[in-house]
Amino acid sequence: MSVDRATVRRIARLARIAITDDEAARLEAELSGILDWVAQLDELDTSNVAPMTRVEAMTMKKRKDEVTDGFCADDIVKNAPAVDDHYFVVPKIVE
Amino acid sequence: MTDLTDLTIAKAREGLRAKSFSAEELTRAHLDAIEASNAVLNAYVLPTPERAVDMAKASDAKLGKGEGGALEGIPLGIKDLFCTRDVRTTACSHILDGFTPTYESTVTANLWAEGAVMLGKLNNDEFAMGSSNETSYYGNVVNPWRREGSDAPLVPGGSSGGSSAAVAARLCLGATATDTGGSIRQPAAFTGTVGLKPTYGRCSRWGIVAFASSLDQAGPITRTVRDAAIMLRAMASHDPKDTTSADLPVPDFEAAVGRGVKGLTIGIPNEYRVEGMAPEIEALWQQGIAWLKAAGAEIKEVSLPHTKYALPSYYIVAPAEASSNLARYDGVRYGLREKGADVTSMYENTREAGFGAEVKRRILIGTYVLSAGYYDAYYLKAQKVRTLIKRDFDQAFETVDAILTPTTPGPAFAIGEKSGDPLEMYLNDIFTVTVNMAGLPGMSVPAGLSSEGTPLGLQLIGRAFDEETLFRAGQVIEDAAGPGPKPADWWSKS
Repeated sequence: MSVDRATVRRIARLARIAITDDEAARLEAELSGILDWVAQLDELDTSNVAPMTRVEAMTMKKRKDEVTDGFCADDIVKNAPAVDDHYFVVPKIVE
Repeated sequence: MTDLTDLTIAKAREGLRAKSFSAEELTRAHLDAIEASNAVLNAYVLPTPERAVDMAKASDAKLGKGEGGALEGIPLGIKDLFCTRDVRTTACSHILDGFTPTYESTVTANLWAEGAVMLGKLNNDEFAMGSSNETSYYGNVVNPWRREGSDAPLVPGGSSGGSSAAVAARLCLGATATDTGGSIRQPAAFTGTVGLKPTYGRCSRWGIVAFASSLDQAGPITRTVRDAAIMLRAMASHDPKDTTSADLPVPDFEAAVGRGVKGLTIGIPNEYRVEGMAPEIEALWQQGIAWLKAAGAEIKEVSLPHTKYALPSYYIVAPAEASSNLARYDGVRYGLREKGADVTSMYENTREAGFGAEVKRRILIGTYVLSAGYYDAYYLKAQKVRTLIKRDFDQAFETVDAILTPTTPGPAFAIGEKSGDPLEMYLNDIFTVTVNMAGLPGMSVPAGLSSEGTPLGLQLIGRAFDEETLFRAGQVIEDAAGPGPKPADWWSKS
């Protein structure tokens, strides 16, 4: 097993996904299976290979530093589960 | 009068211009077909009949004045990954419950600007993660094709399973789809339809729910190669809102259709002969080679030695990018929110309830490979392997103009048959995922039927931004394979 139960719990916490004990057990096997399988990439020597960053050589486009959008607060909060005026409402963070 | 739902986009365009029928008649014929089938096939997660009729009437007004765009009055289905203004868009995930965008994706905006009519939103695997449409929150889609002598429901492929099923079952003339590892081409192969993944950057990703941003690309699923050319021209554009969108002119793809393959060299990669591949897939491939040869193409063996590493590197890159993209679903700004004692448990409970098992699996893999100390060993390594995969293709394209492979290792499988083992499901994309890793265009064209009586496809892979060669060679295969395969209608309620 390349990941153990504690690792599953740690990454689930990092990913902000609550998981049950049953799920943790299942994920331990599944994630290990997938990670063991991707380990075949170790067969390849990539020490002198540059990582791929784009499909075609293209210079990153830059746009003018100007306002192109905005003034649509109604639209932005329209789909929120809890809203007060133009604010998103979340559980209390600071006591 | 011919059945209006059986027309190709090209024929419907002629009929509309000749006023043989109206856009409203054409749209209503499709709305009736959806109404009669959706309870069984589940291809649409949200039909939009009122909007469709309004759009069709507007098209009729334009056509009446001799005006209108390239797709004026053509009824299309839209994969639920495309944001559509004022029409619910959920990527078929519970976590986007009720999300109704206040904006329109660039690709769909381009289609409406050309006069297309929206019939509704099509089912897909949750966040486009899957190869069978079984991970959708709205339930699986049933393939209109069945095995000979069997009623067992088959998968339509995935993730664009609603798109492929709707096109095959005559529930739209064409559909939008997206492809991150094969999600346009594999469902097209499973349903006897044409599926084209354009070069990365050809279509804007703006307003498409993101899965893996360095791989995602939108494209059409249609019933003919010509129809794919017509749709792609309308979908593609340079979009300043997507910095990876290519600042290149969009060719008249339709002009390439019918130009033939004389003078072209087609590459055959030996590495796509994988262990355990069904003999009928090899036979189909040989048939495709013979067809292209007979039409005047030269055939050449090529080597793509890093092929076997494409899928394992994909399962690092795609989950890594997905874990970042899906971090935005936190129950604050849109979609589902589950209660929690504090803000962190609110996030955790929302994401636990909102994401399905496959999505969670990929987020966790992605979180793991990007976590402290692992980045170099996994993500960076995978991006280096991508360079090697791309280099294989670059070298092959020095001597060939396109590459021919099978689209899938086998025909459509039964619902539930492969959903128990994630790795077995992933292997479905073995022939398609290389193309995404290298950012190249790829097209699946129906090429025959399996021994079970279900469709099989051949895949053509082209140079970056050379979709035109795919349309040339694809049309040769379509012509040689004969009239497009059509499933017998068992699904319409009478």
